[in-house]
Amino acid sequence: MTIDKELVNYVAHLARIELNPQELEKLSNQLRVILDFINKLNTAKIEDIPTTSYVLDLSNVTRPDIPKVSLSAQEALDNTKFKEGNFFIVPKIIE
Amino acid sequence: MDYEIVIGLEVHIQLSTRTKVFCGCSTDFGKEPNTQVCPVCLGLPGVLPVLNQTALDYSIIVGLALNCTISEFSRFDRKHYYYPDLPKNYQISQYEYPLCQNGFLDININDQPKRIRIRRVHLEEDAGKLLHQESISLIDYNRTGMPLLEIVTEPDISSPDEAYEYLLLLKSIIKYLGVSDCDMEKGSLRCDANISVRRFGEKELGTKTELKNMNSFKAVKDALSYEANRQIDLLRQGLSVVQETRLWNPEQEITVAMRSKEEAKDYRYFPEPDLPPLYFKQEYIQKLKNRIPELPDKKYRRFLTEYNLRPMDAQVLVAERDDAEYAEQCLQRFKGKDRRIVINWLIGPLSSEANERKLRICQLNVSVEGFLNLLELIEQGRLSQLAAKQVLKEMINTGKGAQEIIKSRDLEQISDTTYLESVVAEVVASNPKTCQDYQQGKENALMFLVGQVMKKTKGKANPQLVQELLRNKLTN
Amino acid sequence: MIEPCTLTAHELMRRLINKELSFAELLTSLKNRIRLFDNKINAYVRKNDVCSAASAAEISPSGLSIPVSLKDNICTKGNNTECCSKILAGFKPPYDATVVAKLKAHGLPIFEYKLNMDEFAFGSSTENSCFGPTRNPWDLERVAGGSSGGAAAAVASGEAIWALGSDTGGSIRQPASFCGVVGLKPTYGRVSRYGLIAFASSLDQIGPITKDVRDCAFLLKLISGYDPLDSTTKDIPVPDYTQSLDPWVKDIKIGIPKEYFVKGLDPEVKDIVEEAIEFLKKLGAKVKEVSLPHTEYAVAVYYIIATAEASSNLARFDGVQYGLRSLPKEGHSHEPRTVAMYKKTRGDGFGEEAKRRILLGTFALSHGYYDAYYLRALKVRTLIKKDFDRVFEEFDCIVTPTSPTVAFYIGERAQDPLSMYLSDVYTISANLAGIPAISLPCGFTKKGLPVGLQIISRPFNEELLLRVAFSYEDNTPWHTMQPYLKPPQEDFLGELRG
Repeated sequence: MTIDKELVNYVAHLARIELNPQELEKLSNQLRVILDFINKLNTAKIEDIPTTSYVLDLSNVTRPDIPKVSLSAQEALDNTKFKEGNFFIVPKIIE
Repeated sequence: MDYEIVIGLEVHIQLSTRTKVFCGCSTDFGKEPNTQVCPVCLGLPGVLPVLNQTALDYSIIVGLALNCTISEFSRFDRKHYYYPDLPKNYQISQYEYPLCQNGFLDININDQPKRIRIRRVHLEEDAGKLLHQESISLIDYNRTGMPLLEIVTEPDISSPDEAYEYLLLLKSIIKYLGVSDCDMEKGSLRCDANISVRRFGEKELGTKTELKNMNSFKAVKDALSYEANRQIDLLRQGLSVVQETRLWNPEQEITVAMRSKEEAKDYRYFPEPDLPPLYFKQEYIQKLKNRIPELPDKKYRRFLTEYNLRPMDAQVLVAERDDAEYAEQCLQRFKGKDRRIVINWLIGPLSSEANERKLRICQLNVSVEGFLNLLELIEQGRLSQLAAKQVLKEMINTGKGAQEIIKSRDLEQISDTTYLESVVAEVVASNPKTCQDYQQGKENALMFLVGQVMKKTKGKANPQLVQELLRNKLTN
Repeated sequence: MIEPCTLTAHELMRRLINKELSFAELLTSLKNRIRLFDNKINAYVRKNDVCSAASAAEISPSGLSIPVSLKDNICTKGNNTECCSKILAGFKPPYDATVVAKLKAHGLPIFEYKLNMDEFAFGSSTENSCFGPTRNPWDLERVAGGSSGGAAAAVASGEAIWALGSDTGGSIRQPASFCGVVGLKPTYGRVSRYGLIAFASSLDQIGPITKDVRDCAFLLKLISGYDPLDSTTKDIPVPDYTQSLDPWVKDIKIGIPKEYFVKGLDPEVKDIVEEAIEFLKKLGAKVKEVSLPHTEYAVAVYYIIATAEASSNLARFDGVQYGLRSLPKEGHSHEPRTVAMYKKTRGDGFGEEAKRRILLGTFALSHGYYDAYYLRALKVRTLIKKDFDRVFEEFDCIVTPTSPTVAFYIGERAQDPLSMYLSDVYTISANLAGIPAISLPCGFTKKGLPVGLQIISRPFNEELLLRVAFSYEDNTPWHTMQPYLKPPQEDFLGELRG
């Protein structure tokens, strides 16, 4: 399987990253090389091998249903200038 | 009809835990925007989720009540999509290993039971709320992170009516469990539908459309009706149904395709690394099973046989769990002659008072004893039905008992025959013409005379008794 | 005259308690050091940004008050934490990371400037920072390593007493080895990740970067422990790691993995590490060759899993609530305005390496490729972990070089991402298996560049790591050596301790 610009463009869209033509060219080439290297995983023998999604033997970790203090709206909105009253704002979303 | 309808429903219910599913923010409704948020539900850099034990308990309780198998192993997955109401641009949900699977609900349709299979029940976090203005959209994250339970049926539903019945039953079960208030207006119950049609006998499913924006059970029924007809019309004309998402427009009562062209969504699910997996032991499941009360359909069938109720009455009494328990207490502890008075008064005056005040019966501040006491007075003839209704109102408003109210308002009905005979005699003597009219066949004349007796006794005479005494006197 | 800022934390504690030194003097020493040398080294970022600095009033002078410097991905309440990325410019977290809260609870002041790093910890050289690279104090033309390059360089040059970095594939250990200091990656689940801006959730750990093993043990003890805010921390007691400093390795069984001593390992590094291993033998350890047969797959597995998790963790950077927001011009694109805003913000805000990793990770998780890449990598991860489990049944620890080379020149590998990735080959496996590992200096090449020795052990066995490391360190001079830093002409401070 090869990485071509069309695929990279599609993946960039999935990841919501805008690439200019030079970036697209450069990244396509680099990703091709990297993926070629990664394809060596195909030689590993993985029949009947389970996945490791969790490296610790933890399970059933929960917390009690007890309320904690929340942030104030001011604290929540402090990191942006794009706000109106107690709301965050973005350009209008058309459904 | 040469076509049949195939419907699957996806219901989201917001669990009534005290805190959100992955953080300790309160779940109170209706607060100022962005005041019920914390770094975790805002998805700020560096934060981590921690699962709410009660949300987990509630989810499994629902699964058990819906006859599901509780998976031995379960875990959360990340579901990726970009939208401003989703702070992390992924939702913590469940994909491959949901909490509960393969359950069912038996609905009653046309007096026949029908099984609707439940494919899965899983737990996930809610997104925020968007408010659209002319050139901007406003975001309120209070709702982000609220615990949502998603309940998905198999496409076993065959008509809009069945869908409606399914929703009613599902809601009553969940309310019985006390894990959600299932209020579509408040948004704690949401429903999306998938619908397709096919010729009778065809095995393959037709192309389905997804319906959204139905804000009441009736809207679900209407939207499904409209859409079924729309699809059938298309097929009859030799056209095909487009697989798309359509929104219900309640003003025009039509479904409309969503404006934005939808691309096939790639959610890039993978196991949520920040939350260790879940393994369920039998003891834990059993403990939760023991917390499940008698569910509405079972209680309904029991009320029919045990208290000899009419189906209509049983349905009303069973509708709300705490009211059903109140009603049952009344039925069991009533020491009078005929239980019908209990049923009539529960369904009649008591329910009206409750509805008027937008409360449930058990919230009216009338104890079971107090209510039964009132009914006894009516049975004994010491209180007329009309007066009793007044007394009931006052019992609710003041919290006082029936006896006390009767005394202070002098409402006790007069059923003393001797006394009433004397009043009757007085009225007969003062109205010779009317008596003659009655004796000559004018029935209505009697009513006038009854009225006169009521007036003389300030409305306290037992009207049935007065009628009886008058008839006796005048037919002799 | 010894500059206080070049002393170890434990020595400074002694002097502070004995009133041989005041806290103000210590702080002045640090600040002077930075003023003199950081223009060249560039270990700290945003030094001129007044609002980004912690207020001095927070510092409470007590015997324990040795300021800790933090990597720019550890959240401090009210102070800029930006992962050295344009997309997080100006971000002030409204909360402290758990490790920060723990330090504060013990009275340790948090140093006001943050340490340079590869953007979002993506890198092995700190060349991917939006604030420019950190230079190696031992040779300013070379990299300090990455992604905790700022931390390692600061500790090596006396610009920091001690520091906290983060390690996902070697980001504490490799820069520690390049800069001749000590760096430890704890067992996954030993230290809370709450407040660490995530790179790869199943691999990240915060850990100490220090001048010697004793300081490392002390700092590790302070930051370790179960955290109710992090579901992936293990609820087991934290030993007093300072009690592990027992220079006794007799009969400790050390395995030397043959797969780590193959082509690609610099011959000078190989010799120096083998000498160190011989030294451990002389001290009484039992050394034997072992095999970790799936080592050849480690880098590939890492670059699937880590980038997949990173692509997910970085999805939240979209300009909506904080950081950079780029608005496209009207008519710039046919897409909905919020989509265009996301794309432009992320296009403008992420550096090249970040884009590379996000794209790779997104690809590995996407429909049609998930099974062949992500799922497969998770299975090979099991094989790698099992390799270690097997060795640790018989051996107490494994010793390897930390890195195949010493610090390379700035710019040397920047154009070849794959060669950069391959430099992580010795450190990556410990993250994949979730096991603890330490790097400490074990010698210098002819060009005067530090070489790092790595010790790896089974989960929650940091005590053994510290003991073996301390035994080695206590009998060798490497940890006492400091780089010569040429003062700027106009302000000659005098000799530095040699």
